[in-house]
Amino acid sequence: MADGAAPVLDVRGLTTVFHTRQGEIHAVNSVSFSLKRGEVLGVVGESGSGKSVTMMSLVGLLPAPPAEVRAGEVLLGTSDLLKMNAQGLSDVRGAKVGFVFQDPMTSLNPVFTVENQICEPLIRHLGMTKQQARARAVELLDLVGIPDAAKRVKSYPHQFSGGMRQRVMIAIALACEPDILIADEPTTALDVTIQAQILELMKDLRQKLGMAIIWITHDLGVIAGIADRVMVMYGGQVVEHAPVGEIFHNPQHPYTRALLRTIPKITGQREKRLSVIEGQPPIMTDAPRACAFRARCAHRFDRCEAENPLRRTLDSLPLGIGHDVACHWSPEGADA
Amino acid sequence: MLTFTLRRLLLAIPTLLFISLIIFLLVDLAPGSPMSEIPLTVPPEVRQKMIEALGADQPVFVRYILWLRQFFWVEPATLMDGWFGSHLAGDEQRILSWQSRSPVFTVIGQRIPQTLTVIGTAYLVGIMIAMPIGIYSAYRQYSAFDQLGTLVAMIGFSVPTFFTGTLFIIIFAVWLGWFPTKYDTTLEVTDWASFILQLKQMAMPVMVLGLANAAAISRYMRSSMLENMGQDYVRTARAKGMTERVVVLKHVLRNSLIPVVTVIALGIPSIFGGAIITENLFGVNGIGAALIGAIHANDLPMVQTLAFIFAVLIVLFNLIADVLYGLLDPRIRYE
Repeated sequence: MADGAAPVLDVRGLTTVFHTRQGEIHAVNSVSFSLKRGEVLGVVGESGSGKSVTMMSLVGLLPAPPAEVRAGEVLLGTSDLLKMNAQGLSDVRGAKVGFVFQDPMTSLNPVFTVENQICEPLIRHLGMTKQQARARAVELLDLVGIPDAAKRVKSYPHQFSGGMRQRVMIAIALACEPDILIADEPTTALDVTIQAQILELMKDLRQKLGMAIIWITHDLGVIAGIADRVMVMYGGQVVEHAPVGEIFHNPQHPYTRALLRTIPKITGQREKRLSVIEGQPPIMTDAPRACAFRARCAHRFDRCEAENPLRRTLDSLPLGIGHDVACHWSPEGADA
Repeated sequence: MLTFTLRRLLLAIPTLLFISLIIFLLVDLAPGSPMSEIPLTVPPEVRQKMIEALGADQPVFVRYILWLRQFFWVEPATLMDGWFGSHLAGDEQRILSWQSRSPVFTVIGQRIPQTLTVIGTAYLVGIMIAMPIGIYSAYRQYSAFDQLGTLVAMIGFSVPTFFTGTLFIIIFAVWLGWFPTKYDTTLEVTDWASFILQLKQMAMPVMVLGLANAAAISRYMRSSMLENMGQDYVRTARAKGMTERVVVLKHVLRNSLIPVVTVIALGIPSIFGGAIITENLFGVNGIGAALIGAIHANDLPMVQTLAFIFAVLIVLFNLIADVLYGLLDPRIRYE
């Protein structure tokens, strides 16, 4: 990670709402972050905290309507993705930004061969001929560790196991050597040993290809293993952001702390019950005017009801580089 | 796939034998006499002779076995003889119509071209209208186009063909005078002018039936497209940067076609069955008209043979639909 280099992706004030029959749902509220070349940004939060929606908003992957990206800037290099038309965005997707989704069992088209599905972006974005694309497809399958790639490339998705299908998805996402890979809970649907394999593969590929990765997950163990920086999301907002070591050793936001407490320990005395965060994440029917976490927070006080906390830095580094938190309460003095 | 097809074909034999028995007995149970079309002035002993000559005095099981033999051996043999000039059938008795006293298959051979031209064209037109409507309605769900499509489909579904047919005749034949009211079976297409005439007289029955067919198929197409539109692989295709055209017309359509093709294949026997009402309304002298005529005249061999041919076609196209399903969906492999 070269410090000071221009970010490959710079997101500022991204706001996405969904229009529903019950009114607007504010799924993403003024989210800002940046990503440097070759860096892994972990995004954590419960289901419904806006992680996936944020990332899909970046490249116009949300169905509109009902979704509407209302405000913000998404700078990929020098161009603002939010100002692009559908055609321009489809040129970016797959070429500069690759996606790996959660469920490999349903993410591949069942009626086309794996070769066909890997070749599509190669032909579309890189202008390869069919022959070139086919040769490249075999190389890609080989790269993601699928044995006997030359033969397997002719197979259909149902002829692969879940882990192998996720490797195929990764091969598709990496086909055009994108600057950014967005991995939306890529290991959640896999069993633990396969999870570890995929994780190792991604680390390996990142070394080889040098792309930046946004890794969405609710598994903090995975984050500890792969991320350089971590962004914690709640109620469609970034509530804490820090280098990975800081998050685990010096968590500031009550939500981050609560999340860390929910990790079951495998050493020491066995606890009677797994610890949980009581309550449900909020449904944001309005732009936030108070802290979204207040209902579940042990440290809440009057100000939390009156004012939505803004992100404030805890070190001298600018916002989105070092450690920042969006909370009125500070744990200094209080026990950790 | 081949073993599957062969096994299904073998299984079809007992199925069809059973169906043939049921059809034969049911039709035979109907009251009436083969002489119902013979004038009352014909004396009873002559009538009796005629009944004996037709074999209609034999017990039902004898007639059933004879009919089976004629259907499965004599008629195919006669057909072969006609094609290759062989003498397989010899001078064995073919299935005779009680009404016209000519072979049933000769009558069918005369009628089937009319039915296939008109009803078959209507089916094709229906499919060609339905596909794009179904696809676009699903892609723009709840749009004005979709609402209009739903309305037209609802009308096509619920308004019977004798009503739309009559309406079309009044509008296009009587008021506008574009098309003839009756279909002229004797018209032979020999040149451009007669071809235009043929198109004109086909237009109304094809429109009436095509609308009814299109209504059903466009609904299938739409719901099948909708079901696939929300699938994860569609999001993957978009994430790969595929254009909307490729996403919809390649990824979604290919998956959506699987059930629709099956439905279309299963509908093909109904073309051969003719459209009794439409054929009667426009005077198309096809299979449907032949069947109705035979029922009125108490022509049991004709009714039995036609009903059984429909049964054979339905069993056959069921098999074809299954094979198509296997060909279109790589996940399905028949072992």
